[in-house]
Amino acid sequence: MSLIERLRSTLPGGPPAPSGDPLLDELRVALSPDRVKVDGAQRSLLGKDASVFDGGNSGPICYPTSTDEVAAIMRIAEAHGRAVVPRGAGTGLAGGAIPLGGPVVIAVTKMNKILEIDEENGVAWVEPGVINLDLTRHLQPLGYHFAPDPSSQQVCTIGGNVANNSGGPHCLAYGVTNAHVAALEIVTAEGEIVMLGGLDAEPDGYDLRGVFVGSEGTLGITTKIAVTLTRNRPAVRTLLLSFESTRDAANTVSGVVAAGIVPAAMEVMDQRITQAVENYVNAGYPTDAGAVLLAEVDGPEAGIDIDAERIRDIGLENNATDVRFAQDDAERAALWKGRKTAFGAVAQIAPDYYLHDTVVPRSKLADVLDEIYAIADRHDVLVMNVFHAGDGNLHPLLIFDGREPGVLDRIHAAGGDIITASLDAGGVLSGEHGIGVEKQKYMDRLFTDDDLDHQNRLRRAFDPVCRANPGKVLPMGHSCADIQHLRSVPAEVWG
Amino acid sequence: MTAVLHTSDPVLTAFADDVGTDGPVAIEGARTRWSLGGPLDDSARILTAPTGVVEYTPEEMIVTVRAGTTVADLHSELATKGQWTALPERGGTVGGAVAVGQNDFRRPARGEVRTSVLQVRYVSAEGRIVSGGGPTVKNVSGFDIPRLITGSLGTLGCIAEVILRTNPIPAIERWFASDDTDPFAVHAALLAPGAILWDGTTTTVQLVGHGVDVDADVTVLTSHGSFVEVEPPEAPSGERWSLAPADLPAVPELGIGPFVAEVGVGIVHAATPQVREPLDPGVRLIHERMKNEFDPAGRLNPGRVVGAH
Repeated sequence: MSLIERLRSTLPGGPPAPSGDPLLDELRVALSPDRVKVDGAQRSLLGKDASVFDGGNSGPICYPTSTDEVAAIMRIAEAHGRAVVPRGAGTGLAGGAIPLGGPVVIAVTKMNKILEIDEENGVAWVEPGVINLDLTRHLQPLGYHFAPDPSSQQVCTIGGNVANNSGGPHCLAYGVTNAHVAALEIVTAEGEIVMLGGLDAEPDGYDLRGVFVGSEGTLGITTKIAVTLTRNRPAVRTLLLSFESTRDAANTVSGVVAAGIVPAAMEVMDQRITQAVENYVNAGYPTDAGAVLLAEVDGPEAGIDIDAERIRDIGLENNATDVRFAQDDAERAALWKGRKTAFGAVAQIAPDYYLHDTVVPRSKLADVLDEIYAIADRHDVLVMNVFHAGDGNLHPLLIFDGREPGVLDRIHAAGGDIITASLDAGGVLSGEHGIGVEKQKYMDRLFTDDDLDHQNRLRRAFDPVCRANPGKVLPMGHSCADIQHLRSVPAEVWG
Repeated sequence: MTAVLHTSDPVLTAFADDVGTDGPVAIEGARTRWSLGGPLDDSARILTAPTGVVEYTPEEMIVTVRAGTTVADLHSELATKGQWTALPERGGTVGGAVAVGQNDFRRPARGEVRTSVLQVRYVSAEGRIVSGGGPTVKNVSGFDIPRLITGSLGTLGCIAEVILRTNPIPAIERWFASDDTDPFAVHAALLAPGAILWDGTTTTVQLVGHGVDVDADVTVLTSHGSFVEVEPPEAPSGERWSLAPADLPAVPELGIGPFVAEVGVGIVHAATPQVREPLDPGVRLIHERMKNEFDPAGRLNPGRVVGAH
């Protein structure tokens, strides 16, 4: 009996009607017919993510509900020589979830259960499709939250956070996703179910859990995650400092770090984005300031004002024109709403944006920002800056109307120059969005051939056949992925 | 165009030449954890890693340091600017601490070694200098080589230099001890203690932070038992057990003799070694492939196996 016949024989109510495509038939038997999609609308939608890059070429889209189903999909894909691309909410900005070469797409959105809150061990076990903010809302009454809080937290998934090692404003003090994952159940590209890490203090072996986080779906797919619980802080102080220039704001950030203070968050917005945000949400941001710094400290009530007042003083030393303390939770929430909806606010100005993501040494922030404004002028594009200043994590936002002929060429040219300026300042390619397809071609600007070769070795140890999300992260020539082979899937099958 | 992470530091180049391209080789630090991973094969040439703090930028909270430097020397330099790292202070070297990957016994106060290694440079089995990670505190540019190397016992590459995240030393550190308290209740009651150690009888708590915060925590402590202020304890020694935090209340029933448990963390220091489960077959397969990818001839730290028991 063939595999497909064996699988079909186990189905209640008989097998689904054969489609004529063995891959599709096997997937439909392994899941259920309604959870394997091949219609054009679905494949078009899931061919893209939130980045500006052209859509890819998706094969069947699977919506598994269990680890065993994910493993079955992996084995079926392998038997048919097809790649697999994991997908969460598709909010990635580097093209990491774009399917290349007609892969089977594994969308984890139906694996969205919070499985267990284990307070004694300080973890929550969750499925990868759980939405970031849903998890935090679930934990809040118990006195905890999940620390990474990317701007997309209302829709992005924990699985996606794991894939991208996601950050967010409050990762300055608490660290990015990698610091908040104790254990991961994964399914490898060969269909093996493997537990990485553990709840014990120092699990044995290589830190494969740490390696998996941030690997952008290229080492397999996570099906169960033990995230660490972060205790809610009893006291919070939120300050809004206004400056005449982004340079003064950036220097304040450097000064705070140099003073040995690690605030919960330090976010800078320049005048253009501040005006857009204020117009959008009326949060009380000063529209006449050249830049604002939103700083937050948290901790025990007793000493909370010590750091808050030092930040105020350092701001004043750096020419702050106004310092405002949020008076209550409502004011604090309004300020954060403004910051977190900044990217939506720019829609008033132009319909499209390209959000960049580089990191520079904090002491170079002011210089690199000046350079970014000059780059935008040079390429005749509009740039706004809103960024995680405390980490040195820049997010230049290039605003444009995609209907304007030739504009994307200028946007990409400006983006390339911003990356170059960041690397020249001693920075790195990405702080929290990942490499995806966006920055592969810049990887050899940061790393040597030997460095990239070793990254590829790491990848091969998990996935020797390069079937998990091929064509991402490592540049062509350094990747084991043979995209040409994957592209050989007959066009008439999956278009 | 030269890659940003390319190095032409002659000290590192000389180290790469020493490692060479063939023959078994091992790097020794201070040999404080020399037996981990099993006995070293007699055939190995034993080398030491280069030493020295290369660059320290306290305002960036990062330090570039060569692997042979002792943690004590590193921390004494950082202390001049009121900072430290997560590396444990127990007589070893920076490279040794990174290769072993074990945390300080005051882990909540100090942070984790694995999250503090931002960039690593090592000499590969082919004698090449390889860099991974980067010099910034936040970075997702490519695969996480620093995570792989941290705790790899020198089996994947000879660690030459690292960039570590530094942290401010808290304004106040004080220790308190009690014989009539529940350490787990204390752990639940305190927001962010530096460490809670428990030997089955005595609970020893480190409080860190601003003076007023420590004072407030002292009030919390006194509501949980008769605490008295004590001198900072010595780092616990002996065998190291890795348990889940929820396993700790049952440690006295394990019959392992005198112990010191890190409450909330899960490490237990005892005279008896822990009998660990072998790695899951799926995990073992990835381990074997990883070793084979990075060191196909098996020349790096021969005899040592990560995760072997």
